Amino acid sequence: MPEPQNPFDDGRQAVAPGGGAGGGFDLAAEEAGTLDKVPGQGGGGDLSEKPRSLWSDAWRDLRRNPIFIISALIILFLIFISLWPGVLASQDPLQADLSKAQQGSGPGHPFGYDQQGRDVYTRVIYGARASVTVGVCATLGVVILGSALGGLAGYFGGWWDAILSRISDVFFGIPVILGGLVFLSVITNSTVWPVVGFMILLGWPQIARIARGSVITAKQNDYVQAARALGAGNKRILLRHIAPNALAPVIVVGTIALGTYISLEATLSYLGVGLRPPTVSWGIDISDASSQIRNAPHMLLWPAGALSLTVLAFIMLGDAVRDALDPKLR
Amino acid sequence: MGRYVIRRLLQMIPVFIGSTFLIFFMVYALGDPVAALFGDRAPDPATAARIRADLHLNDPLWKQYLLYMGNIFRGDFGTAFNGQPVTELLRSAYPITIRLTIVAILFEIVIGITLGVVTGMKRGRPIDTGALLLTLIVVSIPTFVIGYVLQYLFGVKLKWVSPSVSPSAPFNELILPGLVLALVSLAYVTRLTRTSVAENTRADYVRTAVAKGLPRRRVVVRHLLRNSLIPVVTFIGTDIGALMGGAIVTERIYNIHGVGFQLYQGILRNNAPTVVGFVTILVLVFLLANLLVDLLYAVLDPRIRYA
Repeated sequence: MPEPQNPFDDGRQAVAPGGGAGGGFDLAAEEAGTLDKVPGQGGGGDLSEKPRSLWSDAWRDLRRNPIFIISALIILFLIFISLWPGVLASQDPLQADLSKAQQGSGPGHPFGYDQQGRDVYTRVIYGARASVTVGVCATLGVVILGSALGGLAGYFGGWWDAILSRISDVFFGIPVILGGLVFLSVITNSTVWPVVGFMILLGWPQIARIARGSVITAKQNDYVQAARALGAGNKRILLRHIAPNALAPVIVVGTIALGTYISLEATLSYLGVGLRPPTVSWGIDISDASSQIRNAPHMLLWPAGALSLTVLAFIMLGDAVRDALDPKLR
Repeated sequence: MGRYVIRRLLQMIPVFIGSTFLIFFMVYALGDPVAALFGDRAPDPATAARIRADLHLNDPLWKQYLLYMGNIFRGDFGTAFNGQPVTELLRSAYPITIRLTIVAILFEIVIGITLGVVTGMKRGRPIDTGALLLTLIVVSIPTFVIGYVLQYLFGVKLKWVSPSVSPSAPFNELILPGLVLALVSLAYVTRLTRTSVAENTRADYVRTAVAKGLPRRRVVVRHLLRNSLIPVVTFIGTDIGALMGGAIVTERIYNIHGVGFQLYQGILRNNAPTVVGFVTILVLVFLLANLLVDLLYAVLDPRIRYA
């Protein structure tokens, strides 16, 4: 970025490294390295004489990016239908009419009927809520827990860092689907919360590694030394100086992970340990329909299409945000 | 090098213990193996008590774990609840999953790296955009949906392959399942190679190689690829463990009686000895693959020297 550093500003030189690109099930880790050294400055620079911050620069870029706009619109639409599904679907997603089982589309029922004669369109609309809830809650939990643990480990180092690294190694050693089967098969609760809890349990080390890496890079900067020399405490340094600059890679990986969590919920439901009826979810409908693909492909097409579009929207959003935060591409 | 390997092996011990203990805890403490043994019927209390004593289920968990691990290192993985020794199950299931994983890794290497190099060198061209879009679509559709659709398409409609795999699972029947298993990783490998190649094409050493008149082919293979493949090798190496564990879904779709199949059955029936035995081996494979990757670093990148 061309603007000179404003010495009176917070002096947040964002150095946001990808840190440990730890496998997991994300798409961002692979390119998280390209987020290295994101120079940006200043807090909220809304006034024209202030230098623009990394975030406001990124926002300017994003508004012009058609991919960002499309994926953001899809996501807004999803949030809308998961909050108020009744607006777009007037029927009851649980109402079944066995005489219409597996029928194709007809008037008033554009997507046809499923195995038990329930309206596929209504179920696709109502199914958004479970998928979005799982994705959003799991991501929030993973990001909060992962960045807190990883950030503290990176900042303080020492034995806490060593222990945390070993613990995250332990969780990395367990394949996700396998862990899901073992953990969720003993739980009979049929709400979304066990699934969310499991995703947080196995997902946090991924964010923790990234947060740890970016905090380690950020804390070596001169402005952190300066803040310390001026007498700032650990809390102030962490929250005011390090956090804003170490946050970028966490947000990018988190956005993309949100999509993969939604997809993971479908896979777990397919294996019989994810969400369970009467919860209406894309995952349940897809797994019911996948064995019927020979007889009624429409039953698979609509929920699977909705789910894939959602996952795609979050991945593209994450990609767009990463590109906007990466000055090398400017 | 020798000292480094020893240090790494020692570091693997706590991770191995942690991972296996976590699974051991989940299987034995969260579930009830004795109730599982009897299925839907309620067990006779006296028999149940005797089985509990036989299986050391009344001991504290850490003691059970130590006993179990002690037996494993003597080659005794215990007996599955149908009376079969777990080692027998391991011997029948692992070769199948290893074959499946080999097919998947070959797909990743051949298609993933080729696509990645092509798109990385032609960044921004239609082929690049097309391949990127394809990888995104592959990643967004759940694996089991792709699995069923391809099975229907190639197995039922076109009849190119048999829709399910025979018990012996020879290589030629594992091509489609291997592709399905590899798909998501294939997309990652493509993107990873692309990023890495695109970054390195601008590197000084590539310009030097071109300037000194090397043929294009030699520049790409000897200079560009060798450096760009380092992160890709890491990914593929760590992916071995994930593929073997993630084969649960693929093996279920194509009815392959490998590790994933046995694990799935074991977990659903709470067949604790089977689950813990299979997972222990999986964790070992995962750790050894990671070690191998680190050692491969030194071969690929001469700047890295292990003391």
